[in-house]
Amino acid sequence: MSLTALLPILALLSSLLAAVVIFALPESSHRLRTLVNLLAAVLKLGIVAAMTWGVFRGVDFSVSFSMLPGVSFMLRADALAMLFAGLSAVLWLLTTIYAVGYLEDSPNRSRFFGFFSLCVASTMGIALAGNLFTFFLFYEMLTLSTYPLVVHRGTARALQAGRNYIIYTLGGGVVLLLGIAWLHGLAGDLAFRETGHFQSVDPALHGQLTLVFVLLVAGLGVKAGMFPVHGWLPQAMVAPAPVSALLHAVAVVKAGAFGIVRVVYDIFGIDFAYRQGLLEPLAWLAAFTVLYGSLRALWQLDLKRRLAFSTISQVSYIILGVTLFGPLGTVGGLVHLLHQGIMKITLFFCAGNYAETLGVHRVDELDGAGARMPATSIAFTAAALGMIGVPPLAGFVTKWTLGAGALAAQMEWVVLVLLLSSLLNAAYFLPIVYRLWFLPVAAPWPEERRWGRLETNAWLFWPPLVTMLLLVLVGLLAPTAFSPLSWAQLIAVRMYLP
Amino acid sequence: MAGLLFTPLAWAALSLLLDFRRGRWLSWLGMLIQVLVSLSLWFAVAGGGGFFYALAGWEAPLGIALRVDGLAVSFVLLTAAVATACGVHAGVYLDPGKSWQRYFWPLFWFLWAGLNGVWLGADLFNLYVGLELISLAAVGLVALGGEAAALRAALRYLFAALLGSLAYLLGVALLYGQFGTLSLTGIAGVVGATEPAAALALLLMLAGLALKTALFPLHGWLPPAHGIAKSPVSALLSGLVVKASFYIAARLWLELGDRLGSQLLAQGLGALGAAAVLWGSWRAFRQPYLKQVVAYSSVAQIGYLFLLFPLTYAVAEPVSRLAQQGITLQVISHALAKAAMFLAAGNLILSVRSKRVDALGGVSHFLPFSLFSFGLAGVSLMGMPPTGGFAAKWLLLQASLASGQWWWIAVLLLGGVLAAAYVFRIYRASFLEDSVSDDFYHPPKTLEAIPMILALLALGLGLVAEPVLSVLALPFEVAAGVTAVQP
Repeated sequence: MSLTALLPILALLSSLLAAVVIFALPESSHRLRTLVNLLAAVLKLGIVAAMTWGVFRGVDFSVSFSMLPGVSFMLRADALAMLFAGLSAVLWLLTTIYAVGYLEDSPNRSRFFGFFSLCVASTMGIALAGNLFTFFLFYEMLTLSTYPLVVHRGTARALQAGRNYIIYTLGGGVVLLLGIAWLHGLAGDLAFRETGHFQSVDPALHGQLTLVFVLLVAGLGVKAGMFPVHGWLPQAMVAPAPVSALLHAVAVVKAGAFGIVRVVYDIFGIDFAYRQGLLEPLAWLAAFTVLYGSLRALWQLDLKRRLAFSTISQVSYIILGVTLFGPLGTVGGLVHLLHQGIMKITLFFCAGNYAETLGVHRVDELDGAGARMPATSIAFTAAALGMIGVPPLAGFVTKWTLGAGALAAQMEWVVLVLLLSSLLNAAYFLPIVYRLWFLPVAAPWPEERRWGRLETNAWLFWPPLVTMLLLVLVGLLAPTAFSPLSWAQLIAVRMYLP
Repeated sequence: MAGLLFTPLAWAALSLLLDFRRGRWLSWLGMLIQVLVSLSLWFAVAGGGGFFYALAGWEAPLGIALRVDGLAVSFVLLTAAVATACGVHAGVYLDPGKSWQRYFWPLFWFLWAGLNGVWLGADLFNLYVGLELISLAAVGLVALGGEAAALRAALRYLFAALLGSLAYLLGVALLYGQFGTLSLTGIAGVVGATEPAAALALLLMLAGLALKTALFPLHGWLPPAHGIAKSPVSALLSGLVVKASFYIAARLWLELGDRLGSQLLAQGLGALGAAAVLWGSWRAFRQPYLKQVVAYSSVAQIGYLFLLFPLTYAVAEPVSRLAQQGITLQVISHALAKAAMFLAAGNLILSVRSKRVDALGGVSHFLPFSLFSFGLAGVSLMGMPPTGGFAAKWLLLQASLASGQWWWIAVLLLGGVLAAAYVFRIYRASFLEDSVSDDFYHPPKTLEAIPMILALLALGLGLVAEPVLSVLALPFEVAAGVTAVQP
């Protein structure tokens, strides 16, 4: 087997095997487990980096075999795949480090890290899937492997959240399966292709294809947290902080958004979707979700819940970018896939740090936390400003590109939505920043713990700082050759130029 | 070849003379032989194609003819895998101190002989003999242990099985009277389109077999019998025994259905199957006892099998083939997954010392391995990728779409959701961490490993479905000339 076929498989296996090894290790061997976890994460990062370099130079990494009559299992690394794979490889390493510190001394760690690795393996599979069928395979695997993480604490509330999570996501999966099976019946096994498959298609099929499109987007929209099927997301907040970080930044919501990107561009083709008028309603729905999520976030007092509604809003930026017909809109949506991940994971790391170090869960308990935990609070502030869209941070790059894309697509109302949403972002993030830095400590911290010299456990201390650095860098270096923005431009060029 | 039938029979007789412990050693040897023979036969057919085999050289009208095609050898191999797993499990699970346990091995081997007889049988009467052997052995296995409830369930099972056999035998007699032959292919060759007596015979046989397969609404006997039996026995019954009668029904339908069947019959059987899927899943969701959940799940999963009838009647050849492949995969993956599930459920029950679902709290902490096996098997039953259950569902979806029978799509999708509901109910109960008790028993490693292996096989089936299906499709006509070759 050649190296080009081997690398995608290795990228998948690195975390799959890690999961198997971790499940096999006894509960008590913490050091060995941590070592396996970190080794696998570093190995995966290396593999993904090598593949990204290869894709940049035009190497075709792909492998496929026939799984069922007429259907093949297919892994293929294209530029879009590497965008998502790169995001998850980098953030997996950081989240693993964070989780090791976060779960110190808690029970069921073997189970936790096993499913954690399975979850990342599924994400990698989603990124590298070469056709809808393979995508669906890993998409459902993701649902199953995140359930034990959501209910990890085993409390009645966690189980309730898990129940809702599974009802929503399995329901979405059924709709998606119906769409995929129908499409397969109509058109056979469709590999993802940068310009889509339906540039010229029998007009008699248009009706059915439109229905299939609706089914696919509806099924994927559940995980992407689109209104009105977002209900599971705020509830799933009961999971441990590293899980929330992973769910919001990399795995679940991103899988949904990424799937919509794949369906619109690589299955239907942006031209077909535009001509059929499929994009416009989706744009309205995404815009509504952007505003709705921000509005709901305003009223949340629980920090993690506020972040959850913020995710609902931010992920729909990606969908909004997809629906803007024109390369600029596409670039804005794609680059936000990455930017949102980096910013949101920083925020969740910080929220976890406040909860673990000070016992603070609510916004109004954060008064004066900036003096006690300066590094964490700086990271939080930077990410919050990024979300609002302050230049030159990551969020600004996204919003600027999206705005330009909207103007190019002659959808001026989208600019209005972007502005309004930025105002709302400011309205729910700035009060927190104000409390952190400018208000005096009102009451003793609910449950304070101390770890030596640093403001918190070292495993928890560094990850948010690293992601903060990333979110500053991707903003500052956006115009250079290796920034996410340039990568998104590379993808967009391949999508629009047949 | 002949060993596949005679080894189990010989072992049944031999183990009757021994007590449980010695019978166990003997049986382990027997299982090894059976597995090796089944494997070599499977590879022989996979490589050289199927054939007819006349036992001891006697040709069809007098002797026993065996039909060795890809489907039959695959089921022989499946039986070897599942029965060996259950046999090894039972050897550790059953308490050798109790005197009645020694009857386990003879019954186990009779069952195996019957199963192989049904998979390979080429004429209707031999199939009947195999079926009866299976039923009697299965009833005996359910009654093993002798508690009042077990005896009641066994008796109920016996009546259902006898009634089913009777209907089947009546049908066989009618066909014999009409055509003067019992060979399935012989009848298929001469039967015409309008023969009411033959159609009646087919109807009778299908009804009898449906009763033995526990098709809704004739499923009443199954949950008590499968729920009360010892876990390895339940695994055998749910995994293999109900498939035997379905297998005969399917062979009858595929040979004779196009002429003797009708759209009404096909759709009716499909509708009953759909009702079984929905009703069985719902009942499974409501059961307070763990093994009852698994038993009702069998009722639901059997329902899918009956979609074979509408999806192969009066449809294009490729569609019919898709449906047959889907159903075959469903049979195999359900056999593996359900056996895994029953064995894992047995471990969980041993561990928490209670049969109730709500007693499972904290078990994810103490017995993660068995719970994981249970979960993996559940994934296959839900039809989630990449399991065999998913591959089956996918093929059936495609067949429904291609034949324009969209109503079955709803059943397939809804059935998956309902299966998720009852499987996740178990997870939910076992993830709960507020239980005060930490009094858990750890079953031996063998008991934990076996369900995991079966569940992994069910999972892997989805990944290698294509090569497996290509062997399943091998007809026995391919190498009709090599009748005498004995692998």
